[in-house]
Amino acid sequence: MYPERLTKSIQAVEAAREKNIAYEPARMTAQQKEELLKAYHPDYKVEEFEELKIGQNKGQKVPKELCAILQAHSRIKADDVDLTKPDYDVDVLIIGGGGAGSSAAIEAHQAGADVMIVTKLRIGDANTMMAEGGIQAADKPNDSPATHFVDAFGGGHFAAKRELLSKLVCDAPEAIQWLSELGVEFDKDADGNMITTHGGGTSRKRMHAAKDYSGAEIMRTLRDEVLNRNIPVVDFTAAIELIKDDKGQIAGAVLMNMETKELLVARAKTVIIATGGAGRMHYQGFPTSNHYGATADGLVLGYRAGAQLLYAETLQYHPTGAAYPEQIFGALVTEKVRSLGAKLVNANGEVFMHPLETRDVAAASIIRECNDRNNGVETGSGLGVWLDTPMIEKIGGEGTIEKRIPAMMRMFGKYGIDIRKEPIIVYPTLHYQNGGLDITPDGMTTNVKNLYVAGEAVGGIHGRNRLMGNSLLDIIVFGRGAGKSAAAQCKNVTLGKLNLDHVAEFEKEIDKAGIKTDLVSPKLLPDYTNKK
Amino acid sequence: MENMVNIFLFGKKYEVPDNLTIMRAMEYAGYQLVRGCGCRNGFCGACATIYRIKGDRELKSCLACQTKVEDNMYIATLPFFPLVKQVYDIEKVKPTEQIMMQLYPEIYACIGCNACTKSCTQELNVMQYIAYAQRGEYEKCAEESFDCVMCGVCSARCPAGISHPQVAMLARRLNGKYLAPKCDHLEDRVREINDGTFKELIEDLMQKPIDQIKELYNTREIEK
Ligand SMILES: Cc1cc2nc3c(=O)[nH]c(=O)nc-3n(C[C@H](O)[C@H](O)[C@H](O)COP(=O)(O)OP(=O)(O)OC[C@H]3O[C@@H](n4cnc5c(N)ncnc54)[C@H](O)[C@@H]3O)c2cc1C
Ligand code: SF4
Ligand code: SF4
Ligand code: FES
Repeated sequence: MYPERLTKSIQAVEAAREKNIAYEPARMTAQQKEELLKAYHPDYKVEEFEELKIGQNKGQKVPKELCAILQAHSRIKADDVDLTKPDYDVDVLIIGGGGAGSSAAIEAHQAGADVMIVTKLRIGDANTMMAEGGIQAADKPNDSPATHFVDAFGGGHFAAKRELLSKLVCDAPEAIQWLSELGVEFDKDADGNMITTHGGGTSRKRMHAAKDYSGAEIMRTLRDEVLNRNIPVVDFTAAIELIKDDKGQIAGAVLMNMETKELLVARAKTVIIATGGAGRMHYQGFPTSNHYGATADGLVLGYRAGAQLLYAETLQYHPTGAAYPEQIFGALVTEKVRSLGAKLVNANGEVFMHPLETRDVAAASIIRECNDRNNGVETGSGLGVWLDTPMIEKIGGEGTIEKRIPAMMRMFGKYGIDIRKEPIIVYPTLHYQNGGLDITPDGMTTNVKNLYVAGEAVGGIHGRNRLMGNSLLDIIVFGRGAGKSAAAQCKNVTLGKLNLDHVAEFEKEIDKAGIKTDLVSPKLLPDYTNKK
Repeated sequence: MENMVNIFLFGKKYEVPDNLTIMRAMEYAGYQLVRGCGCRNGFCGACATIYRIKGDRELKSCLACQTKVEDNMYIATLPFFPLVKQVYDIEKVKPTEQIMMQLYPEIYACIGCNACTKSCTQELNVMQYIAYAQRGEYEKCAEESFDCVMCGVCSARCPAGISHPQVAMLARRLNGKYLAPKCDHLEDRVREINDGTFKELIEDLMQKPIDQIKELYNTREIEK
């Protein structure tokens, strides 16, 4: 239910609907996009970034909030734990129970390794569970991994590490096959052909989906498989520091029970960081689409242990976060809404851009429409633009919305908005961490031995921006890869004496660099309690 | 001006703005959540909650992240419910009726009280999907249960001790793996990749100067 003051604007949208459906707005030229991004994309706001004074990426700029936690104090001192008496002792320790961590666990287990998952909330309480739109793979006859490569490379501003990207696109069809064989229900026609759509920035329709519960369907299946294999999952337990041995290789992690705060030691021959994203850091004060535990912990753990970051300064603001009603502010409106034909329309009922530009371009364009051109819709708690969902029913026929995007229909339906009949209001929301820890194609960090990373905590697979559907893909491809590599690698590892010297070392550096801070990290959870 | 309402968290009274979800209201009241909060957006099922409005007899269930507070709402979260999850080998099971009898025989003890359906936080027809599971109609069970977030509320209400979301999970995997039509173009593509069909194309892209790839990208043909 919209407040009355929006009626005029809604009427304008309705009046122009037929015309807007027929209208095919031009896509922007490379130069137009560049100018738009520079002027309006949050990544280009210099004052929101700060230079790192210590660590592998010293001298580089990252978001202020990230800089603060990367250079914060450890939650522990060496003598808080007894490293000689580990509570757990495994071949492969996986930190994070999302899609990447679960895929890694299944493959490492399949390879015969002794594996364990620790996760901050429950397994599956993760960004993976929330992915709606779908997963890319070039498996149709008119498509090829090379085409997929070009789309993703261009979409990421030609900055991806090519050896990572080529693995992503070449292993994609097999990833879909693997998921299908685990029982993931992809949308198919009666002959078994995948029903695929475009996503922003794709040149072929290669987005596979399971309605708009794509991530949930993948995540719950992976979780079920982890449990079927009796892989130990230690939940409500966060990794708060990595452990090394006297040979300088990774040797485990210090864990903390999230409820009792008890500290535990996990000794491991290989560690896989699969801690996901950073939306709950609320960079630049943006709302977020991410789950409760998305606080960049993996980057902090890795950075302190000497690993290198790549593109940590690039974030993805999803163009269509819900801007109304207040209760779902920042929640994601899947890109599939636009794939199915809904266009972005300003307060006057005008289509102001092609609906399927890449995310960064679309976000910048919405920000410009609202903040510069004054064509935004005033929601009462901010600005937004219309996303004209009823177009979908007109284009695809009645019932398309219920069939293809039921989660969206439900989310707005709860607040009295029938998206089949009424448009919705959107504004960019902090969505995805493009950058992260730097890895080689086998998943190992470039400079810390036996430390692997998979999923959203990795940087470099996509470059400086990621296309929709390539993240669910990367967590499967690189999650599986890291699991296999770590399981193979642990056969060659003999651990020496465990220590936390790198933590003490890092504290000294903080001091030397003159950084004054009371902050401790990793952050673990945001604090939303009302401070009175 | 915010309108305030009274709510009772585990019996204790708090005054909170009326436009908050139950989850936000708990935080407003000062709770730092650990358990009972996952996706914050209706997908993970971590935040199952029961409530009763004062004067009303009915005990209702909901997801705390998806439900607005109301005046005189008595709230208790149900962040963990001990469901039964049977383990099985997906490669070895068959999509026949036997498998349910073997793993979840209690579904045949359903007394048709419909409490599960009435309590479902996703408004699913839970009793119906259990009926499909009983009959080995896994495709229908999968479809009917698809939006299940596995919050466990239905199971908390079931006099027959059924773990509905786990039954549905099994049905969906059986359907996805064994019953859904096979995808030929996917199998073909995997084979082509293994045969090295795209090797040269990819190797070429690995070497290509950035300018040439930019040209390729900016002039690529986009499928209608
Ligand atoms: C709303 C939404 C919609 C999306 N839609 C799509 C889409 O349609 N297509 C697509 O490709 N991508 C999509 N994405 C992106 C994609 O879902 C994620 O990038 C991806 O799932 C991340 O997977 P992950 O396994 O790396 O991280 P996650 O799934 O987030 O898992 C990380 C896990 O690690 C745990 N953890 C974190 N820190 C610690 C710690 N210190 N100790 C222990 N455990 C820890 C977390 O609690 C969590 O369980 C979407 C993301 C969101 C948020
Ligand atoms: S079926 Fe049961 S577990 Fe699934 S959403 Fe409904 S109440 Fe929750
Ligand atoms: S609550 Fe249990 S017994 Fe009652 S209808 Fe549902 S499954 Fe059957
Ligand atoms: S927190 Fe995930 S459903 Fe409510």
